[in-house]
Amino acid sequence: MKKIFELEDLDCANCAAKMSEAVKGIDGVTYAEFNFITQKLTIEADDSRFDEIMKKAVKLCKKIEPDCTILLK
Amino acid sequence: MSRKQKKKLIRIIVAAVLLVVISFLSFDNIIMLFLYIVPYLVVGWDVVFSAVRNIIHGQLFDEQFLMALATIGAFGSGEYREAVAVMLFYQIGELFQGIAVGKSRKSIASLMDIRPDSAVVIRDGAEIKVSPEEVQKGETIIVRPGEKIPLDGTVLTGSTTVNTAALTGESLPRDIEAGGKVISGSVNLTGVITVKTESLYAESTVAKILDLVENSSAKKAKTENFITRFAKYYTPCVVAAALALAFIPPLIVGNFGEWIQRALIFLVVSCPCALVISVPLSFFGGIGGASRKGILVKGSNYMEVLSKVGTVVFDKTRTLTKGSFTVTAIHPEKLSEDELLDVAAAAESYSNHPIAESIIAAHKGHIDQSRIGEVKEHAGMGIEAVIDGRDIFAGNGKLMDMAGARWHNCHIDGTVIHISEGSCYLGHIVISDEIKPDSKEALKELKKLGVAKTVMLTGDRKEIAASVGKTLGLDEVHAELLPDGKVKAVESLIKEGRTLAFVGDGINDAPVLARADLGVAMGAMGSDAAIEAADLVLMDDKPSKLPDAIKIARKTMRIVWQNIVFSLIVKAAVLILAALGFANMWLAIFADVGVTVLAILNAMRAMKTD
Repeated sequence: MKKIFELEDLDCANCAAKMSEAVKGIDGVTYAEFNFITQKLTIEADDSRFDEIMKKAVKLCKKIEPDCTILLK
Repeated sequence: MSRKQKKKLIRIIVAAVLLVVISFLSFDNIIMLFLYIVPYLVVGWDVVFSAVRNIIHGQLFDEQFLMALATIGAFGSGEYREAVAVMLFYQIGELFQGIAVGKSRKSIASLMDIRPDSAVVIRDGAEIKVSPEEVQKGETIIVRPGEKIPLDGTVLTGSTTVNTAALTGESLPRDIEAGGKVISGSVNLTGVITVKTESLYAESTVAKILDLVENSSAKKAKTENFITRFAKYYTPCVVAAALALAFIPPLIVGNFGEWIQRALIFLVVSCPCALVISVPLSFFGGIGGASRKGILVKGSNYMEVLSKVGTVVFDKTRTLTKGSFTVTAIHPEKLSEDELLDVAAAAESYSNHPIAESIIAAHKGHIDQSRIGEVKEHAGMGIEAVIDGRDIFAGNGKLMDMAGARWHNCHIDGTVIHISEGSCYLGHIVISDEIKPDSKEALKELKKLGVAKTVMLTGDRKEIAASVGKTLGLDEVHAELLPDGKVKAVESLIKEGRTLAFVGDGINDAPVLARADLGVAMGAMGSDAAIEAADLVLMDDKPSKLPDAIKIARKTMRIVWQNIVFSLIVKAAVLILAALGFANMWLAIFADVGVTVLAILNAMRAMKTD
């Protein structure tokens, strides 16, 4: 399943690259990109584990760039 | 400026004033230290805070950490004023950068301001305002002047002019009558229309375009990947060099403080931000600008390929030519042109063959059915019909032979329809596919841009292909090709070593589009097959958009390389100067945030396409 989330306060392009790398590394994630320009996260991951994966992704982001929040709708 | 940015500005001003005041005071060293710490914290507390927090999270080497380290290091070596100033300028740079990024985000967003906000749908006789996503296929919506058309559909009632500029780049408004098709994302200009929707929002033209442009950044250009890889190694390398610089030379020559200061400069320059922000921003700007001209580029990688195109291969029908047959010449032997056309149109009036249709279309006037007697079709030859009591033959040379008429061929290439009354030859009508009005211009422009070879492939007859090729000035023409012949021709052209773009209508040339380095499809407004198969879509079917696209791509690539070269040279220069002891903190700050701001401003140019 592919989903797009809005991001808030993604202020640093290098962090966006780091977060993309980190989230891609989560088991079950096939694609992830934090787009600095559009302030959006595109993530493609395993359907059955999607919520669990998103929790992990949010945690990882908090660790790398605490100012940036993923708006889970 | 956002609220956050305003707050930062106030902190910068307060800290700057304090810094100036304090530098006029003179107290004991220790008191001065405490005095200088006040403006330092006012302007940079968040940087120090983030640095500490990031270390706890195990994130070393980010910008804040490096800035905190560099400034605290400056305090340590007794340069209080420099420490505060460095933090101050870092924050000013960050503020500028934030504003510049915010601005470019906004202008890119306005480039893509084609998303309709709402749709007014008629349900049970009442008008209801809903979001476009909620409208079903086959419902009736009403669109008033000034509103965006939210969904693709057919006009039921009313007539209007629509502006499709945001979709196709075509600035001339189009007139639409009842029965005409409208495309989502275009703007209704003059009249109230009701439209029967033909797609869900998710499948509509506007949704597809937005999706395409927004996701185009997922397909990264080689240059972009290079930058990402470079950034990964650059920071650790510079930090390692800084460590080495701080500790190895002083062991030999002494003067610990001086070397630590040089090392701190290294740390300030170690962020690859200028590149990491500006390169994707340039590509995004270029893609956004192109989409505004009706050129959809499906990814940054195709931007890169497009800029290098050396061979352009065109399909003929519907790409360089209109693909609709029209009467291009009428050569009567005994009658007037109008009379010949009238007889031919009457004879062909029951046929629905494309050639018959084009003759009837050229005739324009009404054909009185009572004039037509018996009609006989001779398969593979033409038609024999009794018109006004006269026995008329209309068809090819074989039919003329059968009728015993003495016919001759025409000097114009195309499909020739001969007409005779019994064995008396009346003349012929030439029907050919019209060349698009901008095809010639497109090929001229391509040559001007330095495209080495232009080729046309077609399944059509040799004579017709040769005549089109000559009119347009193509370098090579390959005719009478079957679909797999087109693939083979493209493959052998690729072997010549130049980057090859294939331009087709996307309907039956998907294999060729896929085989070419760059597949370009004539968009035919919403043809799924075309948008799927191609890397680049020309929304308004104009071949002259291809040279435009190449120009945009080249400009984008130029900006990308300017930014890469500029950032790297400045950083390398500052690193070398710092290692030799000729650079100070001020220069380092410029090499970090100053370069980033300049690179962003340069990247913004990619968006302007005129």
